[in-house]
Amino acid sequence: MKKIEAFIRHEAFEPIRMELLDKGFPSLSIAEYKGSGRQKGITEQYRGSSLTIHLRPKLKLEIVVEDKDVSVITEVILKHARTGQVGDGKIFVIPVEEAIRIRTGEDGDPVLQIHGSEEIPAGA
Amino acid sequence: MRSRFLRTGALAVLATALASLLLPGAALAQEDLAEQVTAKAAELDMVWVAIACVLVFFMQAGFMFLEIGFSRQKNAGTGVAKILVNLALVTIAWWAVGFGINGGGNDFFGTDGFFFHFGQEIGSGAEATVVAAGDTMMMLFGLAFCAVSLAIVWGTTLERIKFGAYVVYALVFGALIYPLIAHAVWGGGLLSDVGGKPVMDFAGSSVVHLTGATGALAALLLLGARKGKYGGDGKPRVIPGHSMPLVGLGVIILWIGWFGFNGGSTFESAGSFFGEVMLNTQLGAAAGVIGASLVIYMKTKSLDVGMAGNGAIAGLVAITAPCGFVEYWAAPIIGFIGGVIVVYGVLAFDKKLDDPVGALSAHGLAGIWGTLAVGVFGSERLILDGAGPGVWYAVFGDATFSSALGQLGVQAAAVGLTFAVVFVLSYATFALIKATMGLRVPDEEEEAGLDISSHGMYGYPEQFIPQPEYSTGMPGGVGLGASPAIPAATASAMTASTESR
Repeated sequence: MKKIEAFIRHEAFEPIRMELLDKGFPSLSIAEYKGSGRQKGITEQYRGSSLTIHLRPKLKLEIVVEDKDVSVITEVILKHARTGQVGDGKIFVIPVEEAIRIRTGEDGDPVLQIHGSEEIPAGA
Repeated sequence: MRSRFLRTGALAVLATALASLLLPGAALAQEDLAEQVTAKAAELDMVWVAIACVLVFFMQAGFMFLEIGFSRQKNAGTGVAKILVNLALVTIAWWAVGFGINGGGNDFFGTDGFFFHFGQEIGSGAEATVVAAGDTMMMLFGLAFCAVSLAIVWGTTLERIKFGAYVVYALVFGALIYPLIAHAVWGGGLLSDVGGKPVMDFAGSSVVHLTGATGALAALLLLGARKGKYGGDGKPRVIPGHSMPLVGLGVIILWIGWFGFNGGSTFESAGSFFGEVMLNTQLGAAAGVIGASLVIYMKTKSLDVGMAGNGAIAGLVAITAPCGFVEYWAAPIIGFIGGVIVVYGVLAFDKKLDDPVGALSAHGLAGIWGTLAVGVFGSERLILDGAGPGVWYAVFGDATFSSALGQLGVQAAAVGLTFAVVFVLSYATFALIKATMGLRVPDEEEEAGLDISSHGMYGYPEQFIPQPEYSTGMPGGVGLGASPAIPAATASAMTASTESR
């Protein structure tokens, strides 16, 4: 069981989400983050003076999957998030001890992603 | 400026009666007093125009909030800059050239009043005037209308247009495009007499609103949709605006400004006729909200906030041409139909054309409907000399069909000619901009947002600046404002608290 944390550009998210859904991984979370890295800050002009912001806005994508699925996820992220420019972000893979679905109380690998027939339509 | 049936006859009688009441027998003093009363009445007219003029300029704030609310937050600041720069440029263009083209002259354009100045001679023969303060007030009022028309143009272009395009088009629009149309209908041009019948557009459903929307269409066709608006399947995606409260504020400001827009187009206080016009305006706006809300609720089972706002604008645009020509009962019908049109218009245009605020529907389609509505509901009591009454009065009254349908045809001609002239001139201007300086920002600038890419700052800065900038490891801090030294411990604590957010 692994958690994949990816810091990505905003515009990369939607194609990643769509392909992951296609491949059977609908469960994920994102958050707006601000961070710094090799990418330079943004220099703003404010009423004639300049101001450098060293923190850039990024999205953090979190997704927990079975060990065997890790490479599928990272490949999808690499495929859509890579522009080749500085600032594409990073992926971290972190071990996870346990996962429990709150609704049923079941635990372990089966709770991680919805596969096949269990799919729930939007709005339900 | 505009040919209207003036009530000067009634005014003179009133003035004389008043004078004879106060000074019986003193003929000379009577005449003197009559003159003074007439002069005061003219000044009172200009006081009303001045108030209305301020209301119309306030509509710029309405357009600003409406468009910013319908944009994403990365494109908020650019809306402010756009409104300010456009208003400034159109002012200079109108003063130098536009007002002259808009005024009296031949069938196609005005020939006097360029670089408008006090004491300037305008017109020739019996209609010649020397510019005084009153004319100046009217000139300023005309500018306010031109600026509204220009503001409408940009509704379709949000979130992707190059700022330079505003600059070039604003000058062309304020100097040439709008003045040509205003001249045709209000300045004694081609449309003020079509086979003996004048086009009736009281405050500008076609002159101001259709003109703006047509410019917007020309810009949009050359600009294309926002990135991500249409997917690979060609189907439209929703790109929600970031603030419905700002949209609401914009709509209400426009609504209030419209009382000046329509009410001020009486140009006079005589008979308090502006009261009639303002009630019609309110009835049209109200019915527009109701029409749009009902239709969108029936279609989607939810009362869409943005559509209700579009409905108000459509109702107002639709009643703008008829507001001085129809009876109270007709105003809600006109506004309601405007509200219905805007919903279907927005949904239809959205399939192919990316119009973030619905300007094509609210100003274009509703403007066309409003102009035609004069030909349907124009009341015999109110229409211009020589004009035919509305078709309604031929069906249910004793007006002749030939006169009514003739007027409807004249109204349709105004719509057709306005659209054709504005579209050709605007398309040519935007094509030239596209070929030389470029019309659209590069993809990565659109992605980053126009605030940071075109203006070097964010409209909503706090989201990206956790705190003012501190230089690391250097005593004294050299960031913005160069505040006194911040102890390292405090600075790192602040940074830490930011990270943990």
